[in-house]
Amino acid sequence: MSTEAQVGHFPAVDWEGGALPYRVGHRKLGMWLFIVSDSLTFSALLIGYSYLRASNVWPTPFPFYPSIVFSSVMTFCLLSSSLTMVFGVSASSRGDKAKARKWILATIFFGAAFIVLHLIEWNHLIHEGLRPFYLPEHWVQAFTTTDGVPPSPLFGATFFAITGLHMFHVATGAVYLLVVALRVNKLKHEDIEISGLYWHFVDLVWMFVFPLIYIMSVDVGHHSGL
Amino acid sequence: MTEHAHVEEHFAGSNKLFISIWGWLVALTLVEIFLAYKPMPIHLMLLVLLGLSIIKAALIVAYFMHLKFERVSLILTIVPMLVVCIMLLFVFFPDSFRSAGLRYKFKETPPVAPAPVEEP
Repeated sequence: MSTEAQVGHFPAVDWEGGALPYRVGHRKLGMWLFIVSDSLTFSALLIGYSYLRASNVWPTPFPFYPSIVFSSVMTFCLLSSSLTMVFGVSASSRGDKAKARKWILATIFFGAAFIVLHLIEWNHLIHEGLRPFYLPEHWVQAFTTTDGVPPSPLFGATFFAITGLHMFHVATGAVYLLVVALRVNKLKHEDIEISGLYWHFVDLVWMFVFPLIYIMSVDVGHHSGL
Repeated sequence: MTEHAHVEEHFAGSNKLFISIWGWLVALTLVEIFLAYKPMPIHLMLLVLLGLSIIKAALIVAYFMHLKFERVSLILTIVPMLVVCIMLLFVFFPDSFRSAGLRYKFKETPPVAPAPVEEP
């Protein structure tokens, strides 16, 4: 503890009690910086997807059922999981660790539901014949433009890469939250809040993936080739 | 651990507030799904959907991730830097329109994949 005494003599200490300039712990600041870097990863992927989409004939194959119904229910699951997570963090801030654990387990449940529904939705598309570098034959026929330009086979590559990376984040988050739920009594409140930050971020990413990948690819009948 | 002593374990926002934020997020999602089946130019649709997404992201960051209740210095450290970096990612985007114009327009039959080249 002699180091703390020495700090007082240090001439550069000119801010008030400057141990925590952001008033957050170093772990929380670290999570925020990770979230910033991870949002750049997803931004780059989504902008790359938009680039390919703008420079190619792009299929818009998603029917209302199953694709849009499934993805909407998945969105609802993730939004609800964010709500239960924020309840958990709120309970933890009041020192009610048992309640915090219950809410975190509810969050994991919604996260798992998201993954299961998403895998079923992937399975539909794979059965239809979608692969990372091939489109199903009937999509190629339906979306080839009047002057004979076929739709880009990169639809599958962008779809599986972006939704797959997001699903990986959800799965990682569920494992992270499970560890937090099991150790909730040993952890400080801020550590629980940090796990919440990660979970909300995964929800936030889906708020961009869902409209750009699903809503923008709804099959509305008139195939313009855009 | 003395430096942690003055950090208060305070988490602003009532459960009622969080439920109303969740309600807004669900409502905006329903608007997006409704818009999917509304015939409109693709650029307008993209603009509206991205606008709604940014509003939803802001609600999540501000209330669920609690950034609204953090110090302004933390917000200023995280948000502007991220916005500038994402803007920079768009630097290459105009090129996509150019390559769309360069697309080979074949009239009769789609091109056949070239025969594999025999390695010597």
